Amino acid sequence: MGPDLETAAHTQGLRRVAIDPLSRVEGHGKVTILLDADDHVQQVRLHIVEFRGFEKFIEGRPYWEVPVMVQRLCGICPVSHHLAACKALDLVVGAAPVTPAADKIRRLMHYGQVMQSHALHFFHLASPDLLFGFDSDVNRRNIVGVAARYPDIAKKGVLLRKFGQEVIRATAGKRVHGTGSVPGGMNKHVSLADRAVLFAEVGQMLAWAQDAVDIAKQLHAQNPALYDSFGNVPANMLSLVRADGALELYDGVLRARDAAAGRIIVDGVSAQDYLGLIEEEVKPWSYMKFPYLRSLGPQTGWYRVGPLARVQNCDFIPSPLAEAQRREFIDWGRGQSIHAALACHWARMIELLHAMEVIAALLADPDIVAGELLASGSRRQVGIGVIEAPRGTLIHHYAVGDDDLVKSCNLIVATTHNNQVVNEAVRSVARRYLDGRAITEGLLNHIEVAIRAYDPCLSCATHALGQMPLDVALVDAQGGVIDRVERNTKDPP
Amino acid sequence: MSPHRTAVAPVLVFGWGNPSRGDDALGSMFVEQLLALLEAAPQGGVEVLTDYQLQVEHALDLAGRQRVLFVDASVDAAPPFEARVLQPAADAVVMTHALSPAALLHVFRQFHDREPPPCTLLAIRGSVFDLGAAPSDAALANLALALAWGQRWLAAPPGVVTE
Repeated sequence: MGPDLETAAHTQGLRRVAIDPLSRVEGHGKVTILLDADDHVQQVRLHIVEFRGFEKFIEGRPYWEVPVMVQRLCGICPVSHHLAACKALDLVVGAAPVTPAADKIRRLMHYGQVMQSHALHFFHLASPDLLFGFDSDVNRRNIVGVAARYPDIAKKGVLLRKFGQEVIRATAGKRVHGTGSVPGGMNKHVSLADRAVLFAEVGQMLAWAQDAVDIAKQLHAQNPALYDSFGNVPANMLSLVRADGALELYDGVLRARDAAAGRIIVDGVSAQDYLGLIEEEVKPWSYMKFPYLRSLGPQTGWYRVGPLARVQNCDFIPSPLAEAQRREFIDWGRGQSIHAALACHWARMIELLHAMEVIAALLADPDIVAGELLASGSRRQVGIGVIEAPRGTLIHHYAVGDDDLVKSCNLIVATTHNNQVVNEAVRSVARRYLDGRAITEGLLNHIEVAIRAYDPCLSCATHALGQMPLDVALVDAQGGVIDRVERNTKDPP
Repeated sequence: MSPHRTAVAPVLVFGWGNPSRGDDALGSMFVEQLLALLEAAPQGGVEVLTDYQLQVEHALDLAGRQRVLFVDASVDAAPPFEARVLQPAADAVVMTHALSPAALLHVFRQFHDREPPPCTLLAIRGSVFDLGAAPSDAALANLALALAWGQRWLAAPPGVVTE
């Protein structure tokens, strides 16, 4: 087995296993594993198709259309694209900063988006793996105890998600295709009726968010050997933080820590200077680029974004319940940074709790129902907006001509930032669980569990019936298919 | 939770898709065109909804319905469209980005501890899904036929799926 598994020393005579979540448009991912005659893993690669095509789609459009159009990038976090575009275009229209009312309503929208996305991920994607087991019988027995204590987990997931969607509707104006945020600010306040309805639910949602952190924490406590080692990939960490080092998901400065000691490498970098901080490497076997920190170079400069990075990159969380949970999480690492894939879930639930605390505070703020909504100033040609989307740092960069048309567009999404770290997590799991063993569907599910921890976005806002999200093919050295398993979300006949 | 929702209409028509991706817009176009027909010739008891894709919270939209029609583009339905009864079934998913109609019914069952209302899937054949593409002529022809079928479905007594 090669030390890094990215490229086998010799590919001749190796068998190929492909885990192939297919869709018939550009959004798809695939894992390929090359095995030798003794079932030893020689090469593992996660291929995710980049969606650079969307940037060309944007170019030539009037800038004011962009915040609505970019919501069609992703059906799961359209609000993140909506707000990142608006933040970039605020600069183009000279409205930086926006008014306090606009800032707070946008924050409410954003934290509603983060909360509902995290709830959907944990309760409906990850929890079947985590609660009902992908490992040993001992593991299953422990996990059943957690499931028995939280029998209504699916209901809580639906209602937390629904609450977040209602926050978005109250701020963006509509459940989908929201238009609430515009370059320069907002075009509406939160209505008193909407605020009252949402406020009535806050206590319950906070309690469920606290429950969610407790579940994630218990899962780690019940099986630390698994949770501390599965997909454990030391990586540098990148995220926005507030100027004082606090966790900040809407706006801030860029900070990076190193993989080994968690030492701060760079701090206080303006979002406008992101091109001086990171660079993207092209590899011949992948459509998606591999970003890295310029100061460290491509070999060691790759990094993780998202909840696991954010919760450790900040100095504190500026809300009391989540900060108490962050301290427990940091203590779990006993002085070391935490890099295990399943810890993403724990960190994600800490952020969910923080998001609910922020939502509760903003709903009580009088600025969301009154005050100036739009700002203006001197026109500029370039705008860069950076936001912490549910899966990590999201960068929108536009150049706009005097004719108001977008001249160029650059988007870097969380999944691109995480490209190398998810590849490394998949290799770590393959090395530990698949090497030297006959490949079974259960073992391949371990690969999927590692991918699910990061929930990569596959330019996914198209989901026509008939797509086949998973195709596992075992191919012999001569290229013949000797076994195949398909999973299809097409409804049974 | 929504202050705007009062009485629940007994019939729900739910179409989804991405209007920026060619024939993927068929589900939402079906809903838009049906809404225009309903506004021209009002028919009580029908609500129409649209979204980019199905997600878990849409299980709440099924509550209190007598029957539901789901409408989406399909890459493998026989042209012009196929209609069939849906049964709850869990998805085997890798990401959070998609939920099938059958999985939505499964979520409904988990949430409400009872069976979902009778649900029918109308799958309209599409072929062009490129970013920025307009719906294809073939898909628009399929949509017209599907819309006529949808009107008959609305007029038919509950339990009648197709003809």
